[in-house]
Amino acid sequence: MTRPLVEAAALSKHFTLGGGGLFRRPGETLRAVDGVDLRIMEGETLGLVGESGCGKSTLGRLLIRLIEASDGQVLFDGADITGLPPAKLRSLRRAMQIIFQDPYGALNPRMAVEDIVMEPMVIHGAKPDAAARQRVAAMLELVGLPRQAALRFPHEFSGGQRQRIGIARALVLRPRFIVCDEAVSALDVSVQAQIVNLLQDLQREMGLTYLFIAHDLSVVRHISDRVAVMYLGRVVEIAPKAAIYDAPMHPYTRALIAAVPAPHPAGRAARRAARLRVEGEMPSALNLPPGCRFHTRCPHAMAVCRSVSPPLREYAPGHSTACHLHDPQHRPAATEEFAA
Amino acid sequence: MSLLDIRGLTTAFQTERGEITAVEDISFSLEEGEILGIVGESGSGKSVTALTVMGLLPRPPARIVSGSVRFAGQELTGLSERQMQKVRGPGIAMIFQEPMTSLNPVFRIGEQIMETIRAHERLSTRALRDRAVQMLEKVGIPSPARRLDDYPHQLSGGQRQRVMIAMALACNPRLLIADEPTTALDVTIQAQILDLLMDLRDEFGMAIMIITHNMGVVAETADRVMVMYAGRVVEEAPVGTVFDAPLHPYTRGLLDCVPSLSAAKPRLVAIPGNLPEPARRPSGCRFRPRCGLAVPACAAAIPPLDPHGPGHRVACIRATAEVAA
Repeated sequence: MTRPLVEAAALSKHFTLGGGGLFRRPGETLRAVDGVDLRIMEGETLGLVGESGCGKSTLGRLLIRLIEASDGQVLFDGADITGLPPAKLRSLRRAMQIIFQDPYGALNPRMAVEDIVMEPMVIHGAKPDAAARQRVAAMLELVGLPRQAALRFPHEFSGGQRQRIGIARALVLRPRFIVCDEAVSALDVSVQAQIVNLLQDLQREMGLTYLFIAHDLSVVRHISDRVAVMYLGRVVEIAPKAAIYDAPMHPYTRALIAAVPAPHPAGRAARRAARLRVEGEMPSALNLPPGCRFHTRCPHAMAVCRSVSPPLREYAPGHSTACHLHDPQHRPAATEEFAA
Repeated sequence: MSLLDIRGLTTAFQTERGEITAVEDISFSLEEGEILGIVGESGSGKSVTALTVMGLLPRPPARIVSGSVRFAGQELTGLSERQMQKVRGPGIAMIFQEPMTSLNPVFRIGEQIMETIRAHERLSTRALRDRAVQMLEKVGIPSPARRLDDYPHQLSGGQRQRVMIAMALACNPRLLIADEPTTALDVTIQAQILDLLMDLRDEFGMAIMIITHNMGVVAETADRVMVMYAGRVVEEAPVGTVFDAPLHPYTRGLLDCVPSLSAAKPRLVAIPGNLPEPARRPSGCRFRPRCGLAVPACAAAIPPLDPHGPGHRVACIRATAEVAA
């Protein structure tokens, strides 16, 4: 039985805007992440999906303490790391790393690849000696780059190769937990598959735990064990991937999956006609709707949805959702019809 | 006569390191009311093809080396900017991935739509305003009369995309070129915009050239598909054929390497290697270094785009060998 490696408890990040902004009233609060409870098990890949502005990247950064939480806790390996002082945080940093979307922006153009990959080791006290260089060379080989890559500069590489460099740098300290923040989104599709395969191979070899943040639902299905869906700062559904994709419970999850273009043109006219559509766009996190945050776009919204925020509740083993439609207390008669 | 007919088009760019061919010897046509999907990855030349048709490439550094672009019977390649402006709007209109490329941040969106119409038609201010409201309504902007006075920054990304489409459609173009129109959008908004494009085609009989790297977008919209790689067309076929019986190894690779939303694949079939830079293209078939079927003959010459059944053209000397197997 695996145990949770990373846990979030009532985790929130609120940004206060205003004071100087030309168009903003002072003191507006943007609730980027708003009371998230989450467990990521050791060795698993948890996919995190949702539309731009839903808070998924902020949540990823909170979990590795790249940014500080406004409220709630983050536990790593069972220990609360929320209030950890900088000195102690530093040793923890070895264990948690992040891979960014933009391999161009994340690599210093003036540093040779060897120095880029070695930098985290030096920061954590290693001497830049022959042994360190040896370790970098082994790392480059592991991510599928030629040995000669060590002495070259980022601009000499293609996008996919640069992402390999970013992965080598993230892994060189032998971390346990990696946040992949849209790590393959900027790559050409023919190269994307190579990096997805590489991430899976490395996970197996090094026993890594991933939080895989992406907006591409097909890639997330492929790489994840479980998937969490976020909407306006909250997790609205979380389940093993087969349950999320084949039997989604939350209307938002259903709409998201229905919106993905089908991989084949056959029957597309009928599909278009039958598709569950959500109208409009996600409201601003500055001005959250009361009750369920999705009710403004939800085709099934009931009176209760406009006033009471639904809690994330487990309705089947490992399958939780935050939706009144599934709560017998609110909709005893119609629940079965909806679930069918 | 086809609405758009392109023959042997080659477009090149002057760079510090010499001239680079972005699009090489491409030929295709597009009929009234047809949706053509042009698929390719970075450097395939798909956007340069579109910008050449629109006459929007700065010359220099760009240069049409050879070939012809005929729109509704008129040759476009030799036209002056003034003459080209008459074609854009009522003839051909274009929408981009990033709506802010077409929207001016310091003008209200109503003024921008009205200006587009004014460039081609003489109408009173009131009639222009009415037309702008109609266009916004058509593309699904709620309370359009009020929105006319908004600035682009006051709109969401999806709404800006709709406004850009409204501007492009304001003069009833016969051909709409959509360059990655949904790439920057979230999936629910992407579905809304694709639905809108399909509805507009059905309503106005407009032809659409949709440029994308996403095979799913093609599967949802296109009647016919053209696949480009490193500046050349490698395969062209009706949409069903491309998905059911693709012949070029690159097309097959593109279909195999994307994960599916429904079926579980244990491991993705990646295309090895990287896309070639324009200055470092290999001899012969440009896909050869990444191709599992390559034989020495592939290096000898660029394979011609040969017919393989109705409406199906493939540039691969190994295409038939593989099908027979």
